[in-house]
Amino acid sequence: MSVAIPFNSEPRPDTGLYNAKLGVWLFLASEVMLFGALFSTYILLRTAAVEWPQGSEILDVPIAFFNTLVLIASSVTMVMSWASLKMGDVGKFRLYMALTILCALIFLAVKAYEYGAKFSHHHYPSDSTFLAIYFTLTGLHGLHIIGGVIVNGYLWGPGLKMWKSDPERFTNRIEVAGLYWHFVDLVWIFLFPVLYLL
Amino acid sequence: MEPVATEPEEADHHEDHPHESFWRRYVFSQDHKVIGIQYAVTALVFLFLGFCLMLLMRWQLAYPGQPVPLIGGLLGENNAPQGRMLPEFYNQLGAMHGTIMVFMAIVPLAVGAFGNYVVPLQIGAPDMAFPKLNMASYWCFFAGGILMLTGFFVPGGAAQSGWTSYPPLSVTAPTGQTIWLFGMVLLITSSLLGSVNFIVTIIQLRVKGLTFMRLPFFVWAQLVTAFLLLLAFPPLEAAGILQLMDRLAGTSFFMPEGLVISGQLLEVSGGGSPLLWQHLFWFLAHPEVYVLILPAMGIVAEIIATNTRKPLWGYKSLVYSLIFLGFMSFIVWAHHMFLTGMGTKISAFFQTTTMIISVPSVVILTALLLSLWGGSIRFNTPMLFALAFLPMFGIGGLTGLPLGLIASDIPLHDTYYVIGHFHYVVAPGTIFALFAGIYFWFPKVTGRKMSELLGKLHFWPSLIFINGVFFPMFIQGLAGLSRRLYDGGEIYDFPDHVMVWNKVMSHSAFGLAAVQIFFVVNFFWSIFKGEKVGANPWQSNTLEWTDAPSPPVAHGNFPKLPQVYRGAYEYSSPGQDEDFLPQSQPQEA
Repeated sequence: MSVAIPFNSEPRPDTGLYNAKLGVWLFLASEVMLFGALFSTYILLRTAAVEWPQGSEILDVPIAFFNTLVLIASSVTMVMSWASLKMGDVGKFRLYMALTILCALIFLAVKAYEYGAKFSHHHYPSDSTFLAIYFTLTGLHGLHIIGGVIVNGYLWGPGLKMWKSDPERFTNRIEVAGLYWHFVDLVWIFLFPVLYLL
Repeated sequence: MEPVATEPEEADHHEDHPHESFWRRYVFSQDHKVIGIQYAVTALVFLFLGFCLMLLMRWQLAYPGQPVPLIGGLLGENNAPQGRMLPEFYNQLGAMHGTIMVFMAIVPLAVGAFGNYVVPLQIGAPDMAFPKLNMASYWCFFAGGILMLTGFFVPGGAAQSGWTSYPPLSVTAPTGQTIWLFGMVLLITSSLLGSVNFIVTIIQLRVKGLTFMRLPFFVWAQLVTAFLLLLAFPPLEAAGILQLMDRLAGTSFFMPEGLVISGQLLEVSGGGSPLLWQHLFWFLAHPEVYVLILPAMGIVAEIIATNTRKPLWGYKSLVYSLIFLGFMSFIVWAHHMFLTGMGTKISAFFQTTTMIISVPSVVILTALLLSLWGGSIRFNTPMLFALAFLPMFGIGGLTGLPLGLIASDIPLHDTYYVIGHFHYVVAPGTIFALFAGIYFWFPKVTGRKMSELLGKLHFWPSLIFINGVFFPMFIQGLAGLSRRLYDGGEIYDFPDHVMVWNKVMSHSAFGLAAVQIFFVVNFFWSIFKGEKVGANPWQSNTLEWTDAPSPPVAHGNFPKLPQVYRGAYEYSSPGQDEDFLPQSQPQEA
């Protein structure tokens, strides 16, 4: 039913890339523009503001620092899961991928706790421009984390059957999912100091 | 029929077909050709809808306050009591006309339809790189388009803050604006999926021998367009998210402090900037202008080369200009905002970049014009539309220069001059090129040619009427008549001497609508009764004509994968028997 598309799993000799890898880099370029626009918004609004709160006065820095460590750890386990597949060890892949998903869920739980704490102190997006951009940026980042959990969960569970039929392509999928995951982590690495520390 | 391929894989496809259900084959198809046709049909329907909204507006402008004839009673008592249009409804028509035409009609037709159908064929690919994403892209577009239209049926009506949706007006507008924003998110998602797919397809799936400098110009145009869509749309998505937050969560990203509306102080936290929206919006919407025009240039280049029987003049200059144009289009956006008080230094920067970007545009237009020199031109319908594109785009482009210069932009800003300028680029420019493309590739899609007689009956009156619609806008604009006036300017005294043009323009628009009947009849008649043609009716060089039957093989396109030996435009080469030399024909000793 579907045609064989060239360079789905093996790289094209003159570009050195397989299709999905180029695709995900392009997707990430558009994500850079998305978050770039939002960070520019932050800069523009802050420079124009009469007063702007120090992030640490309102937000919980230690708990966000913990979340930063959790996400960095998840990036490491993501790489390990890909490396395990490269060495042909599916058991280890499943272990590391599970750890990655676990870290992401911990991050989301902590974030939900943070949001709850803000709401219980009657801090809402409509209160100030600072809270507005805080909720928008972290909310959008949270949606990206949820997206990553769904993709990684699929690759850990039902998607794994491709390992038997086309192991090379499956390994590529993990690499592509990993690139996305590192990007999502990277966004947080920028968000954390910008919102909590500056 | 072409000889059946002997590879087992190909034989499989042949077997598969009877088993493919109707839904998989025509509705949720992953074949780029079917998706291209889906895009084309949907976009043409939207194009017609957007055109109808414009006809309603033109009635109101020519006959302010008079009941709309024939369909006035159908517009609804909330919109047009006794058929007389209310100002709020006129605003909805304006906002939705712009939105539908730009985001739901022309871009999907130029990129979604032509790009999808033609690009894989021209580069010798069996399909797009990601067929499933391609399908998802179409259905996101479809859902977004339908969602947009539902706006008309909610309380308060559809979006009415202009297609630009400037805050604070848009933030305080009725529910229709929220629907507009959600619709845009879907359309942006569709465009993102599509643009990634196009870039990967063009870079990765070029057939053996098809180097970048042998690509047909149309493919180059689609490649640059895809990059613009990929990188320019996300900031609008960000802006859309922020406006949704403003509307739904009560934030103040675009809302300043102390805003008074109808004598009431607005209760918002304040601290936002309405100008921020304009920056984010135009960061998309200026590249978007080139998204509208570049595929049109690509189509015109293909048709001109084929029908002059000689190579494109300055292929390399065309390609480099295209790339430079794409790059520059990201740093000219604030020339839409000279009157916002950005500051003279910023304005001077954007004025300079705007003058620079006109250079590659002129290079492209000049190269296409010089391509005609000394050719033995075949004046068939696609060629007529392509030829008309050149002066029409020329008028549209050159009238843009005074808008890019601050001193002359001040009196012209927000007048009908602006409307005339960009409509010349998009309507007799891009839409004519799209018509040219439809007449040109119709035989490839259906195996039949469209009628030449009906085509010419469509072309000549369209050319006259469309100028009747848009040229008087320059006259009115130079007299200082503002755009977006519900009564067409009757309330003022100063434009009295140019008001007569309102009727001229409206009647031209009605005439334009009438002659499109020739196109519609031609289109449907030709599908069933058009003259049957072979694979290459225009005797063209590119792969979609030389190596694929008409229509191409359902999955996989080519009976046998071609190989490319030369550039796309070797027409009338000396020492050849024929006046064309296909890209896939091996060099003979």
